Amino acid sequence: MVVFAAVCIASLCIGVVSIPATDLLSALAGVMGGSASPPSEGQVILLDVRLPRILFGGIVGASLSAGGVVFQALLRNPLADPYVLGISGGSALGAIIGIVLGAGSFVLGVPFLAFCGALTTVFLVFVAAGGSRGFLMDHSLILAGVVVNAFFSAAILFALSVVNSVELHSITFWLMGDLSGADGREIVTAALCLLAGFAILYAQARKLNLMVQGEETALQMGVDVRITKYILLFVTSLVTAVAVSLAGIIGFVGIMVPHMMRLVFGSDHRLLLPAAALFGASFLVVADTLARTIIAPAELPVGVITALCGAPYFIILMRRRGRG
Amino acid sequence: MPVIEAKNLSFRYTEQPVLDGVSFGLEAAQIIAVIGPNGSGKTTLLKMLNGTLFPDQGQMLLEGRETRRWNRGELARTVAMVPQETQAIFPFFAEEIVLMGRFPHLRSFVFEGKKDYRIVREVMGQTDCLAYAHRRFNELSAGERQRVLIARALAQEPKVLLLDESTVFLDLKHQAQFLVLLRDLSRLRHLTVVFVTHDVNMAAQNADAILLLYNGKKYAIGTPSDVLTARSIKEVYDVDVGIDLNPHNGLPRVTLFT
Repeated sequence: MVVFAAVCIASLCIGVVSIPATDLLSALAGVMGGSASPPSEGQVILLDVRLPRILFGGIVGASLSAGGVVFQALLRNPLADPYVLGISGGSALGAIIGIVLGAGSFVLGVPFLAFCGALTTVFLVFVAAGGSRGFLMDHSLILAGVVVNAFFSAAILFALSVVNSVELHSITFWLMGDLSGADGREIVTAALCLLAGFAILYAQARKLNLMVQGEETALQMGVDVRITKYILLFVTSLVTAVAVSLAGIIGFVGIMVPHMMRLVFGSDHRLLLPAAALFGASFLVVADTLARTIIAPAELPVGVITALCGAPYFIILMRRRGRG
Repeated sequence: MPVIEAKNLSFRYTEQPVLDGVSFGLEAAQIIAVIGPNGSGKTTLLKMLNGTLFPDQGQMLLEGRETRRWNRGELARTVAMVPQETQAIFPFFAEEIVLMGRFPHLRSFVFEGKKDYRIVREVMGQTDCLAYAHRRFNELSAGERQRVLIARALAQEPKVLLLDESTVFLDLKHQAQFLVLLRDLSRLRHLTVVFVTHDVNMAAQNADAILLLYNGKKYAIGTPSDVLTARSIKEVYDVDVGIDLNPHNGLPRVTLFT
């Protein structure tokens, strides 16, 4: 909590136009006091540009991290996350189809299609990984995710090549993970989805502890494994899809954050889930702050930053697991 | 009324039946050994008893009621199973693993309370794993992990305890401790114990009754001296053995002729 708040404040101050912390206080005080004087340039940047973006980054980061925690637990594989399993790719494809077809004119058109894409991916990945009698074969899932991901990349490229060139740049940028395009309505939508989804996920936290011991063990401890699994997959897909439809594909957050939090807080999901959500939020805000300052005044998609730190982390994790 | 009753139990994973028309009844507060060659259906039978699998034909009755009519929570409060081994992928403390045994007794959204911790300390004391309660489960030795899993099953406060080769990794002292504990629990708390083992002598020395399975069928059930004869073992296991009485307790003792 404290870390997240500190990160947000720091990120508010840092940017193309750097704003000293004292101005930040006065700006906030101005909002609280409802001052009549016209807002200064700094205030506009803070409140209309950076604040929404930070909130948005926090929401997306929390969604992806919570999604990572749940997938890793369900599949008993610390390398699983929405990105690796292809869920993000599936959501993106759904969202792009929505954009191409012009579903953007409906409030929830694009997120809804993204959600359909995510659910389809979950289904495909699970069929490809082929569990018998409803029990998952966890080792083949990552492979299935890779294959499904490759397929969706091709489909996305196909969709992009039929789009006119004006839209192309913005879609490409969005695909790499981009937090700049958030408007107020989208942020509220995403926040509500995250809150509702997280509440449901958190209610399953103790069952998740048992699920990571193996589905048979969970069953013998009195967990209704099938129903729990469906609820978790459905809600996680929803939360991920909303994040992807608004922010594009931001990879590796869902692997790195849960793993780091497990090192610090252990594996009890009652603690791990909120910790990962908060830290994921902070992490993405930091990454986004970097993304918009490194090559300022131009901007990088935040997905570039997360992939640049995430991919090496993934390899380290994989090597360590191979040895253990 | 027997606590566990199988009526004409049949089950197949594929074409070949794993259990084929098995019937028996087990009395409460007894220690029952299930023995038989590899692939004779021992583990499948345990999975029937705890509701992981349901029979294709016939009935599996627990306290007179079919297992498929039980809800998961009830079942988990009545039957606990110690698995052969579990993979520990994520780092949990030994104590956290044992606390999970309290799951069927807790309502959702509730954290474990004083009573749960008291029970966890007690069962961890009984299985001698308090010393490493705050070590990571995945860093423990196989025998230490097994004691944690036994403690987890005991924390469920079951009426029926199922053991699948649960003593193989225990050293002599902990094996003895565990067997004494089982006998105490069955006598004092009316716990029924069903254990699968390959160790015929362990079964002979410790079980009140032995169920001998052969090719998915019940070959015999009864007291150790009824079931364990040179003839039955020759027929089921295809090995020659000598059987005499253990001078310390008068129970049958099996010696493998090699």
